[in-house]
Amino acid sequence: MKKFERTLSATVPLNIENIDTDQIIPARFLKATTREGFGENLFRDWRYNGDNTIKTDFVLNDPAYSGQILVAGKNFGCGSSREHAAWAIQDAGFDIVISSFFADIFKGNALNNGLLPIQVSEDFLSAIYAAVDKDHKAQLDVDLEKQTVTIVSTGEKADFEINAYKKSCLINGYDDIDFILNQKHLIEEFEQAK
Amino acid sequence: MSKTLVEKIWDAHVVKSETGFPDILYIDTHLIHEVTSPQAFDGLRKRGLPVFRPQQTVATADHNVPTIDQLKPIKEELSRYQVDMLTKNCAEFGIELYGLGHPFQGIVHVIGPELGITLPGKTMVCGDSHTSTHGAFGAIAFGIGTSQVEQVFATQCLLQQKPKTMKIEVNGTLGKGVSAKDIILYIISKISAAGGTGYFIEYAGSAIEALSMEARMTICNMSIEMGARGGLIAPDQITFDYIKGREFAPAGAEWDKALAYWKTLYSDADAKFDSVLTFKAEDISPMITYGTNPGMGMGIQENIPSTSSQPGKEQLSYQKALDYMGFDDDSSLIGKPVDYVFIGSCTNSRIEDLREVAEFVKGKQKAENVTVWIVPGSKQVEQQAKNEGLDRIFEQAGFQLREPGCSACLGMNEDKIPAGKYCVSTSNRNFEGRQGPDARTLLVSPLTAAAAAVTGKITDVREMLAKA
Repeated sequence: MKKFERTLSATVPLNIENIDTDQIIPARFLKATTREGFGENLFRDWRYNGDNTIKTDFVLNDPAYSGQILVAGKNFGCGSSREHAAWAIQDAGFDIVISSFFADIFKGNALNNGLLPIQVSEDFLSAIYAAVDKDHKAQLDVDLEKQTVTIVSTGEKADFEINAYKKSCLINGYDDIDFILNQKHLIEEFEQAK
Repeated sequence: MSKTLVEKIWDAHVVKSETGFPDILYIDTHLIHEVTSPQAFDGLRKRGLPVFRPQQTVATADHNVPTIDQLKPIKEELSRYQVDMLTKNCAEFGIELYGLGHPFQGIVHVIGPELGITLPGKTMVCGDSHTSTHGAFGAIAFGIGTSQVEQVFATQCLLQQKPKTMKIEVNGTLGKGVSAKDIILYIISKISAAGGTGYFIEYAGSAIEALSMEARMTICNMSIEMGARGGLIAPDQITFDYIKGREFAPAGAEWDKALAYWKTLYSDADAKFDSVLTFKAEDISPMITYGTNPGMGMGIQENIPSTSSQPGKEQLSYQKALDYMGFDDDSSLIGKPVDYVFIGSCTNSRIEDLREVAEFVKGKQKAENVTVWIVPGSKQVEQQAKNEGLDRIFEQAGFQLREPGCSACLGMNEDKIPAGKYCVSTSNRNFEGRQGPDARTLLVSPLTAAAAAVTGKITDVREMLAKA
């Protein structure tokens, strides 16, 4: 897993609630057996018409918006446990997703892949949308070390929560398997005691 | 100290608990399928690791498999490749596979219980969000991502934060024509598609206790549709009777020992839940969804809530959902023509579901405008249905009894609903495009689906039952 660094970036605002993982990556694109290449089909049915022509009114197809940060409405990533959703978002160039609420499994999957899910208040989410509406290239400054996200143009700043263990994994590029493998003797002892 | 059922099972599986870190939780049983496992096997190869406890891992092929001519080579190349990869990976890593052609093959959440693999007090995971189904037996069972599949392969453990606990009580007696599916769709409609996030839910109360094991599985299955990773029900005599004698269930002295332990698995009377909700069974009618998440459901006689009645920030998403479905504010769905009826999925594809549908349609015919697919949850369910002559009832009614798999629940195989068409479905998700690009899904119980199949339109099954 690559190490997570402080990010200064414009955003892609997706002001929709309850975005489920079937929208992020539809089931018919889950047939690959590697982790790469899912970005091509990120939000497939919102980006393309049935005849594969581009839906120009969808924000990901609008060149006015760009950046490593996806901003979306509450309950982001609900539904299926497919980790392909996190892979697709990363593969499309995003390092951070900001929402006012995340579904559990998606959040875990994102963290396990070095994609940072940041939960902010509804009000701060609205402030981000307002800033990006005013200036489509408005930047956010995300500082994982300090656990803050700042709207650069207005100076509005919010703190965010992250599990201390997960934070250290992201900053150091470790994953859970490294952590548990170091304690394998405890697992064997547990099995014997059962 | 008094404990909830979740706490009892959780605490019995903690390998290590350290402040500032998630618990290391031991996993008794790991179920896998072809879609969410290949990258995890690849990860093991890259790390040079074996599967730590292959005997505690069970595999089946379900998501991609065709539901007709299952023994012929899979036509769709990528699906075939994914199923072949599962076979190859299971052989390489020493995992038991119930693949196509095996008498135990089926939807992963149907075969676990029917084979006696799912047992009270276990911890179980699968790279599939509907793993919550197994909680019906009083197990901690939840869906995980592929990185965690790799974690369980490598260590038989998961790093997990202990969840919050919620109790949902449903008391009273269900009305005629109302079933477990209606209970869970009703609860989700009340607390929303996010209302259970962060919790494991224990279902309790007299209406839950009265349910069969298969009906309890339907309830626990959809816990994830309100955001809860797990849902469970304390095991009782109904549970024990269901398990006894199944293929991999404990037997003899092992049974007695297991049973004694299972009888300790309940929430203590004074155990504290982080949240408690109570519903009355009498308030529940046959349910139907009208939108694009499972929280957008209503009693079948109700009108679709108006956009203006939604909180301001949510109106845009709400209107988008109604536009997708082609429905208007304040309208009724009764009498609306439907194109497809799908009876299947890990929610409602068990023998009791098929029996209920068969009993209702016996001597009736499907409407001309409707295509009806019945997809059994497993080879064993399919065989049982044939043994009982249900296949002939379905055939006479014009329904197609297919072979087992996830099928049109998510349309990874050929079973897709065409764009714009309405599908009345016993599955668990009505997301945009879930059953095929631009397909429109209405989630219902098997009985309500059967009624729509016969009339060709959305129908209150209670009216048909009253006339019968």
